[in-house]
Amino acid sequence: MKGNSYPIKNGNLQKLLTNLILRIMPYNSLDNPYSEKSDLSHGAGCSCGPCSAKKKAAVNTLPDTEESIVNRFVETAIVKSMFGGNDMNRRRFISAVGESTFKAALATALPMGLLQSCVNDKKKQVENGGATTKSVSKLEKTKLNIGFVPITCATPIIMSKPMGFYEKYGLDVDVIKTAGWAVARDKSLNKEYDASHMLTPMPLAMTMGAGSIASPYIMPAVENINGQAICLHLKHKDKRDPKQWKGFKFGVPFEYSMHNFLLRYYVAEFGLDPDKDIQIRVVPPPEMVANLRAGNLDGYLSPDPFNQRAVYENVGFLHMLTKDIWEGHPCCAFACSEDFAKTNPNTYAALFSAIIDATQYSSKHENRAAIAEAISPKNYLNQPPSVVAQVLTGKYADGLGNVKDAPDRIGFDPFPWHSMGVWILTQMKRWGYVKKDINYKAIAEQVYLATDCANKMKELGYEAPGTTYKKHYIMGKEFDPNKPEEYVDSFAIKAN
Amino acid sequence: MSKERIQTITLSLVILFVSFVVGEIVTNTGNASTKELTEYEKLMGLGEPQAHVPGPSEVLKLAVKELSNPFYDNGSNDKGIGTQLFYSILRVMAGYFLAVLIAIPLGFLTGMSPIFYNALQPYIQVLKPISPLAWMPLALFVIKDSILSSVFVIFICSIWPILINTAFGVMSVKKDWLNVSRTLEMGTLETAFKVILPAALPTIFTGLRISMGISWLVIVAAEMLVGGTGIGYYVWNEWNNLDLTSVVFSIFMIGIVGMGLDLLIAQASKYFMYQE
Repeated sequence: MKGNSYPIKNGNLQKLLTNLILRIMPYNSLDNPYSEKSDLSHGAGCSCGPCSAKKKAAVNTLPDTEESIVNRFVETAIVKSMFGGNDMNRRRFISAVGESTFKAALATALPMGLLQSCVNDKKKQVENGGATTKSVSKLEKTKLNIGFVPITCATPIIMSKPMGFYEKYGLDVDVIKTAGWAVARDKSLNKEYDASHMLTPMPLAMTMGAGSIASPYIMPAVENINGQAICLHLKHKDKRDPKQWKGFKFGVPFEYSMHNFLLRYYVAEFGLDPDKDIQIRVVPPPEMVANLRAGNLDGYLSPDPFNQRAVYENVGFLHMLTKDIWEGHPCCAFACSEDFAKTNPNTYAALFSAIIDATQYSSKHENRAAIAEAISPKNYLNQPPSVVAQVLTGKYADGLGNVKDAPDRIGFDPFPWHSMGVWILTQMKRWGYVKKDINYKAIAEQVYLATDCANKMKELGYEAPGTTYKKHYIMGKEFDPNKPEEYVDSFAIKAN
Repeated sequence: MSKERIQTITLSLVILFVSFVVGEIVTNTGNASTKELTEYEKLMGLGEPQAHVPGPSEVLKLAVKELSNPFYDNGSNDKGIGTQLFYSILRVMAGYFLAVLIAIPLGFLTGMSPIFYNALQPYIQVLKPISPLAWMPLALFVIKDSILSSVFVIFICSIWPILINTAFGVMSVKKDWLNVSRTLEMGTLETAFKVILPAALPTIFTGLRISMGISWLVIVAAEMLVGGTGIGYYVWNEWNNLDLTSVVFSIFMIGIVGMGLDLLIAQASKYFMYQE
């Protein structure tokens, strides 16, 4: 019985268990109950010769995890009781039918694994002061690779590493910096990443097979809300009215991104057709500032810290924050393949808990300065801490000589509203990324695991919304998730 | 030492000195402003060093710092320059030797049979000019592993020069030599290994040298695209932070390692040179 969780890392626990076996417990309880050769009869403190000799041996062959010790006790208790505590009968019976036959027969009659995990769960529940932590039992996999693109949206995913949120749930996670979203997508599809930081429209697109092969993806949690900005080159200081932007070259981080959809929405509201009047280019976020400086772009709607970095480098200014387009819009997400969640349910649950915990932690303003400090180094964002702090705290220089204060510049809220998914799908339809008819709600509900997220939030003691659909207001215009088709048709400017 | 050699060395040193001085003069140091700053100026980062093109002394300082601890490991995304170069060289070697293993025998066969040579020509000519990076999306999709994909990209870019040069070398072995071997009643295999191979080796080595150069050029771009580890990723990561000092430093390191790899093959080829 070799469990793979609860490794006994610290020497004290090992010593304690050794003492326990030598002094209190009958060592026999740790012997293999299915074997006719082992003796389960001698009780605690038995000082007969073989007993003390075996006790010492038992310590050497101690099951290596706390959980497997518990498992062995459960097995022994059940087997013992079957023979009414008569060890001679047990040994005679087993030697007649054979160890493996007996074990197999017992396994078909009794759900041994379930009983063991029940006891283990109960034990942990007691240890954790009554909180249910089902997720901690039996992690299928503890070593995980999670991809991220170095932007502040990924804050919860990144900070969970230096600030110990993954560790808290028994996971050893490597967060791996990725050059852009196309690579993040391909590495996820290749299973090099177990889970990844993505943009909220990506799992929807991947599930439908838009822009990649169709592969069912799930998005259990949103990372951040708001937190993006439209940044323009300093030479356009006087062109603050989008109507003057005809012919501009804009950068967005990815086609299937909120950035692309919000920029298109914004300019379209001012009468510009994003496919004809401006040029939208896909530029990986880290390359935005360099492109803006080189005059390759007139501006971009991109994730921070690259908006603030452009200001910091005296290259651009912040035209507006995206929270003023849609207050509370989702941006980046935590996503993984449906396959990963199904084959590793406990690991997935633990990871999910870590992410929700971290997201809630980052939503509190008092933690933001410490987070900025933790994620700025070269290993993570590789940015000046002051730039990251300006994004996270919302006290920032706008590049035009003003210090602004917008505490809600970026927010963190894990709840993946189905209505947000439907909105994103309407925009994919509007701009022709998806030509066929879409069953909006079905896809949103398949990919955005709002109910699971709500349950997880409640389990961890956070408040969760009671519904998964609500009306959103984008630049004052109402979006009703119950009427997606009508919403798409209501726009004058759209593809085709 | 001959007079000419002394002059060469002196001139080399003068060039180094002049470029160092000119470099120092034309670049600014990007030093932090020391005057009293308003809050806005502080947020604009005037209190901290600005991104700038570094002078030679600054690059030198960084080089000393980085090279004194080349294998540090601050987590999966921040490793020392030595580790990064090691990964890149490893990938280049893997792809390169795979290409050598396939291209030399194939080139040999192609060169020995004019029919085979002419039949393959159009395909080679089409495949040769494709930028190796254009293969990357396809490789990622098919191979489903980013490291193997970069190895594949190296493989595909180094295979053509070796193939073509081997075929060319084999084809241009002097007819007289082949006739002599026939007079001596040598078998096909014996002719191939005792006459054609030694005669074609210098040309094959030219191909090997060209391929090594290309591989080293390509790995940097490939790693910038895929990320993770390697010198290309290092450059990309520093570019993210607009840390040009590190970028310039890594440019020099790429040059030095590239030169080393080239010298290695040049040295090896000396053993196989012959005088007619």
